Amino acid sequence: MPPVDVDAPVIANARLSRDYSVLSLAAPEVGRRTRPGQFVMVKPVGVTDPLLRRPFSVFEVLRNGAGDVTGVSILNKRAGRSTSKLYDLEPGDLVSCLGPLGVPFTAVRPPREGWMVAGGVGLAPFATLAESLAEAGAPTTLFYGARTAGELFYLDLFERLGVRLVLSTEDGGRGVKGRVTAPLEAGLKAVGSSGTMVYACGPEPMLEAVARLAARYDQPSQVSVERVMGCGLGGCYSCVVPVRHGDEHANLVRSCISGPVFDGAELVWE
Amino acid sequence: MTADLSVKLGSLALPNPLIAASGCFGYGVEYEQVVDLSSLGAIVSKGLFMKERQGHAPPRVVETPAGMINAIGLQGIGVHRFVKEKLPLLRKAGARTFVNVCGTTLDEYVEVTKVLSQAEGVAAIELNISCPNIKEGGIQFGCSLNGTYDVVHAVKKATHLPVIPKLTPNVTDVASFARAAEDAGADAVSLVNTFLAMAIDVETRRPKISNVMGGLSGPAIRPIAVRMVWDCYQLVKIPIIGMGGIVDARDATEFMLAGATAVQIGTQNFVDPFVWSKVLEGMADYLARHKIARVSDLIGTFDTTPIKHEPAHH
Repeated sequence: MPPVDVDAPVIANARLSRDYSVLSLAAPEVGRRTRPGQFVMVKPVGVTDPLLRRPFSVFEVLRNGAGDVTGVSILNKRAGRSTSKLYDLEPGDLVSCLGPLGVPFTAVRPPREGWMVAGGVGLAPFATLAESLAEAGAPTTLFYGARTAGELFYLDLFERLGVRLVLSTEDGGRGVKGRVTAPLEAGLKAVGSSGTMVYACGPEPMLEAVARLAARYDQPSQVSVERVMGCGLGGCYSCVVPVRHGDEHANLVRSCISGPVFDGAELVWE
Repeated sequence: MTADLSVKLGSLALPNPLIAASGCFGYGVEYEQVVDLSSLGAIVSKGLFMKERQGHAPPRVVETPAGMINAIGLQGIGVHRFVKEKLPLLRKAGARTFVNVCGTTLDEYVEVTKVLSQAEGVAAIELNISCPNIKEGGIQFGCSLNGTYDVVHAVKKATHLPVIPKLTPNVTDVASFARAAEDAGADAVSLVNTFLAMAIDVETRRPKISNVMGGLSGPAIRPIAVRMVWDCYQLVKIPIIGMGGIVDARDATEFMLAGATAVQIGTQNFVDPFVWSKVLEGMADYLARHKIARVSDLIGTFDTTPIKHEPAHH
């Protein structure tokens, strides 16, 4: 489905912490077209500084009581000027929202399991993926790492979908102390004969570690990368990542249209 | 009154003056899903050499006030793959396709042009003698009057297609380069390419893009680009394609008043891929409000007489 561009009113901007918010946008057409792992390019209407939009994974496809799609939400972490402006938006403000864009995750079929590995704001694409996996009947696990217990969000949403949660925090405040890759590796050592698909989204060092772990235990992986992106449509060649197919030399490919989801075994880590 | 938006670039007739700028529109086909390519005056492909190029390592782009600095490094698929894979799709979509031709040597410019001249569906050659981001070729021609003359002259001899050198603003007097291009037989000139620029991350003391330097584009450069188009308009008779930070119809009109026959939009297409119809509607509205029949009647009609008072609505 081709992307659409709408000036979407903010429905709500729920501040989860001093840095995180969930921005809900009334963009039903974007929501209806979105598949898990796809992204939108957004910026507040009328803002010319910063000039460019920013890419965000669609977090939730929003529905009303009757089940009709009413929009999408994004998980925003305040890091720079753009994300600060998004954090400060209030209901009724308008946001330019172009999407959905990019290659979605491919859902696995049972008995193969779906293991989602999220680091921090990398939780974003997994709400919609967990729904898809639940619909397909695949057993799902979320390995979810954050700095502190206070930055583990939306656990109830995943629990409602029947997702098994494996949590980790860097300060040990909840779940396993340390990085999320430690419980992942423990899981991979004991993975059943039906196998799993490892999905990952988060900081680049985590993605590299997850892709390498999956490969070491002979499990396929799908990794959602994040790069500085100019346009989201393949026009500017800003967002390239090195990818290798088979024995070819690595090529720089645009993560906006060939990704953001890549086969973890094909990404070349620098 | 329906406004006549058509313009003529020498022998080339375009239905409207809006052209997608090279490096900002991929190979055109990427945008087919959001824009009717035939509704644009023309599109300019990404810069093409004979062979494929990988370009620079990321990060390639950084935002700056009212603009961005890029150093993509002319990543591209090479002219042969373009002719085979992209041109048929552009023809089918009804696009008027200008191809941005690059070279590391004068011979390469000629060779790439020859390949394109034998292909079906190329409307014009835009000569890239102004990319600030590669070491060899390109800018070494664009920053020398003799180099500009020589490459335009050589390419003109090799093709029946209109030849449009794209000029760099990173020279003392861009108009003299437009004149050199005209003397060498250029059918038009396009200007400006990006301004050589740099941004430092003060926390790490490292460059914000991997190539250290890159080209600045966006609204930040618009007033300088308008002045340069006006400079060139005083000196040359061939048509000028103006560009630099155009965001809306008012900006496009400003370039035409300064002497541009057509305009290119680049960075704003990243911000808003639906910019084209908005600018066209805005220009038609401008013509209607000012009771001007043809958009081409605007070209170079800038009146330099100072206004006596600041108008009240400012």
